Amino acid sequence: MTQRTHDVVVIGSGPGGLAAAIAARQAGAEDVLIIERGLEMGGILLQCIHHGFGTQTFQEDLPGPAYAQRFVDEARELGIQAMLDTMVLDITRDRRITVTSQESGFLELDARAIVLAMGCRERTRAQIRLPGSRPAGVYTAGTAQRFVNVEGYMPGRRFVILGSGDIGMIMARRLTFEGAQVERVLEIMPYLSGLMRNYVQCLLDFDIPLQLRHTVSRIVGQRRVEAVETVAVDERWAPIPGTQETIPCDTLLLSVGLIPENELSRKAGVAIDPVTGGPFVDDGFQTNVPGIFAAGNVVHVYDLVDWVTEAGTTAGRRAAAHALAQRRPARNPVQTRAGDNIRYVVPHTIDPEALTEEGVRLQVRVRQPIEKPVWVEVWTGEERITRSAERYVRPGEMVTVILAQKAYDAVRKAQELTVRVVER
Amino acid sequence: MTVPQYDFIIIGAGVVGSLVARALSRYQLDILLIDKASDVGTATSAANTAIVHAGYDPVPGSLKATMNVAGSLMWDSLADELNFAFERCGDYVVAVGADELARLDELLDRGRRNGVQGLHIISGEEMHRREPEISSQVSGALFASTGGICDPFAVTVAAAENAVMNGTHLMLETTFQDFVLEGRRIVGVETDRGAFGCRWAVNATGVYADEVMHRAGVRPEFTITPRRGEYLILDKAEVTISNVMFPVPTRLSKGILVTTTTHGNTIIGPNSHEVEDRDDTSITSDGIQEIWDGALKLAPGLHQRSIIATFAGLRATGNARCETPGVDYGHDFVIEIPDTIDGLVNLGGIESPGLSAAPAIAQRVVALLRDRGEPLTERSNWNPIRPARPCFRNLSPAQRRRLVESDPRYGRIVCRCETVMEGEIVAEIHAPIPATTYDAIKRRTWLGTGRCQGSFDTPRVVEILARELGISPLEVSKKGPGSELLARPTKVWEGA
Amino acid sequence: MVEKTNLICVSCPMGCTLEVTHDGKTVLETTGNTCKRGLSYAKAEISDPRRMIATTVRVRGGEHPLVPVYTTAPFPKPRIRELLDQLRAIELDAPVQLDQPVLTNALGTGVDVRASRKLAAA
Repeated sequence: MTQRTHDVVVIGSGPGGLAAAIAARQAGAEDVLIIERGLEMGGILLQCIHHGFGTQTFQEDLPGPAYAQRFVDEARELGIQAMLDTMVLDITRDRRITVTSQESGFLELDARAIVLAMGCRERTRAQIRLPGSRPAGVYTAGTAQRFVNVEGYMPGRRFVILGSGDIGMIMARRLTFEGAQVERVLEIMPYLSGLMRNYVQCLLDFDIPLQLRHTVSRIVGQRRVEAVETVAVDERWAPIPGTQETIPCDTLLLSVGLIPENELSRKAGVAIDPVTGGPFVDDGFQTNVPGIFAAGNVVHVYDLVDWVTEAGTTAGRRAAAHALAQRRPARNPVQTRAGDNIRYVVPHTIDPEALTEEGVRLQVRVRQPIEKPVWVEVWTGEERITRSAERYVRPGEMVTVILAQKAYDAVRKAQELTVRVVER
Repeated sequence: MTVPQYDFIIIGAGVVGSLVARALSRYQLDILLIDKASDVGTATSAANTAIVHAGYDPVPGSLKATMNVAGSLMWDSLADELNFAFERCGDYVVAVGADELARLDELLDRGRRNGVQGLHIISGEEMHRREPEISSQVSGALFASTGGICDPFAVTVAAAENAVMNGTHLMLETTFQDFVLEGRRIVGVETDRGAFGCRWAVNATGVYADEVMHRAGVRPEFTITPRRGEYLILDKAEVTISNVMFPVPTRLSKGILVTTTTHGNTIIGPNSHEVEDRDDTSITSDGIQEIWDGALKLAPGLHQRSIIATFAGLRATGNARCETPGVDYGHDFVIEIPDTIDGLVNLGGIESPGLSAAPAIAQRVVALLRDRGEPLTERSNWNPIRPARPCFRNLSPAQRRRLVESDPRYGRIVCRCETVMEGEIVAEIHAPIPATTYDAIKRRTWLGTGRCQGSFDTPRVVEILARELGISPLEVSKKGPGSELLARPTKVWEGA
Repeated sequence: MVEKTNLICVSCPMGCTLEVTHDGKTVLETTGNTCKRGLSYAKAEISDPRRMIATTVRVRGGEHPLVPVYTTAPFPKPRIRELLDQLRAIELDAPVQLDQPVLTNALGTGVDVRASRKLAAA
């Protein structure tokens, strides 16, 4: 039984979804609905109580919940509807959405346009094949963050953290603030996975040792974690004999990567890029399925929430335009390609006939870090059409290259755009 | 001082102990089923390949063979009565390369000698047609049409629940310590929760069966050597294996399978290595590599990125010689009422095909008791049916709608990867055998087994368990006392 | 007493390693910076290190048992533990408003602690 057809339905009310809903409404879509599985809007920001949000958007350094609150309030003021505590179970290519909730029951609704903003899940112990027993006390850092910051419980007393991702480092500080003992942070790569600022303010500030090129080789403990065995590794991640250590602890936190959550996207027939883990998108964040857009961490993992807000805004505007039948599909999309030392480029395609004065943002992650000044260049065939000077490049820090209006002629003539890194 | 008196005390609530309890609950008997864990079926019954074997593998004339073949045929009606997932989909032993083809004939012959029906050999091309993911080197396969797969957690819970529904007392977190003997008669059992009187004790303790029977002075030469088998679970969205496939077996084990399951995942494994510690179900990096290499032999297209979970189980490998004259086999089942003592039903060495054989083992226990003159008078109100509880993800949209309308808690998602709803969890917490730990809920509802491995559902499950059991979230555990998920509230700590 | 301290500057994500020669809280020389912000970072870190602090505070009668709180300006690093102890002892009554003051001029530092979100009564 279908309820009705909404103009734009946004799935997820984190920063990506909120920005998309607001932009869609502001672009003229009247019936904009947010579907959120949590009890309130804000997504993951509700548990990210630390600072670092809004430096670009508001020129302020806000904690996550405060950043979210601004958008939640604006969404309410704009009359955007929200179904809370509601889970989307299915989406079809024709944009029929099946949801379930305690309050509304099990129902179907239709949308003229959908913005997918489901964010990420965390990489698990099984996915890194961490050997040992299976006691209580092994958590992903985000789950621990939720317990500490929302429910108010400490998952343990004595912690080891595997992975130098930002969530792990931030939790090292958070747990220390709450009286826990954080013994060690281990990172299998030879470089930091997250931001340097977090290394200084979360680990150095509290004398929490970080061991690069180290990993946990075994979890010990029958009912609850009792210790972890750690080891140094070489560049192929093979353990180096004689470097084993046993660290007594009762909790292991895993901060070993985020994976865009695209199970629903797949159900709708959205094509997923195996490199990013998210949908192939164009410069309006539309996927390969007409009328289905995606924004935020569900597309690829961002570092700064401000860029998620910006992506959500673009996606919301384009979703509204689609809902109001104001756009026709791209006839000759230009492909983007990952060149030397580039792992991926988002968006995957650009519509050369729909370029606006705001420019096109190419968001890029490198494969290997270079701690020296480089150019990040965009080439078409033989011609370099723009480049961005960076003082260094790191896999943990997304790079943005802007194609401004002066590059548009070249873009319009191009078949594909290749992004590459060149040392200066 | 009087202690509670029972006719039967069954020690161990794995699949065998639970089916024995169910079989005996048909009669006018007072039965106590005990287990040291916080739930039924937490050891070997919770960590196996979930296969109901056709019976071509066991040595002909062995008790394993007769129990396997008889037991295998009982699963359809068992599944109908107990309402758990069982599919008689058939299974394959896959030969890779020309040399292995001859072994298939041996297995076919052995199967026929064991009385297995519906066996025949198919060509490599036909195997390819049935399973496109299979290696191009596959030269042929033995197809056993009577093989099947089941949900091993569900059969154990369902059997134990049916026993409880029919009057069996269940005591969990109750560890056997010793028998109470009067001369050469067992008159009771001592546990860490006190002593209980009985006329019969049933030893169904899996990897501990030797230690338990030795307490009664039975078979001093019998030992259990735990053999650990590790497994990997692959993402059902990425892997499209649809059959149950064995490699050609070795002396030590049936080999590393690639098999579908009733939950839709693909399981690969197990390997087989002796371990000393009877609780050691840890995963090893060598083991993971060994399983992976074995699986690639059958299905070379598998990718390690599809791995979403790992687990290990212990086989209770015994050293009992087969008692059939002329059969030379040293690891047979022990299913007996010993002569050296009165009041013991002794089950030992129940490793593969233990799951498949379990219904037949239970039936045999009843037969042995009857032969010993135990009066087994049927209850008039024995109900063999254990109704299933609603499983949201298996329902049609119309059924889902009705379910949510009847109880809105079925509309609230808890496990998003496997679509498990709050109503299902509440139902398990208040089931005839309550699920009181995270792992118990996980085994029964399949929550937490998907891609995120509990990252999303854990806070919700903690909240629901605390609320429904009337306990603090700090008391919620993964698998019983000592495995609590949370340590203390924030803001409150010692010595601060 | 003249000593050398190594710091990683976090004024921008570059993370230059600075070597700072200082006598107590007085900076004598800083090397390793690639811009002027490194010099002011070194001076601040040696003489008056401060951090933005975020934690939670207990709430009575709210939809959640805690509300996240934040400092409105960087807070003196040596007194963080003292601040956290003072915040631990506080229990607010729901409802709580966004930016509601929890501590004003905390520990006499001139920095306020405010609620990071609105929290409704249960």
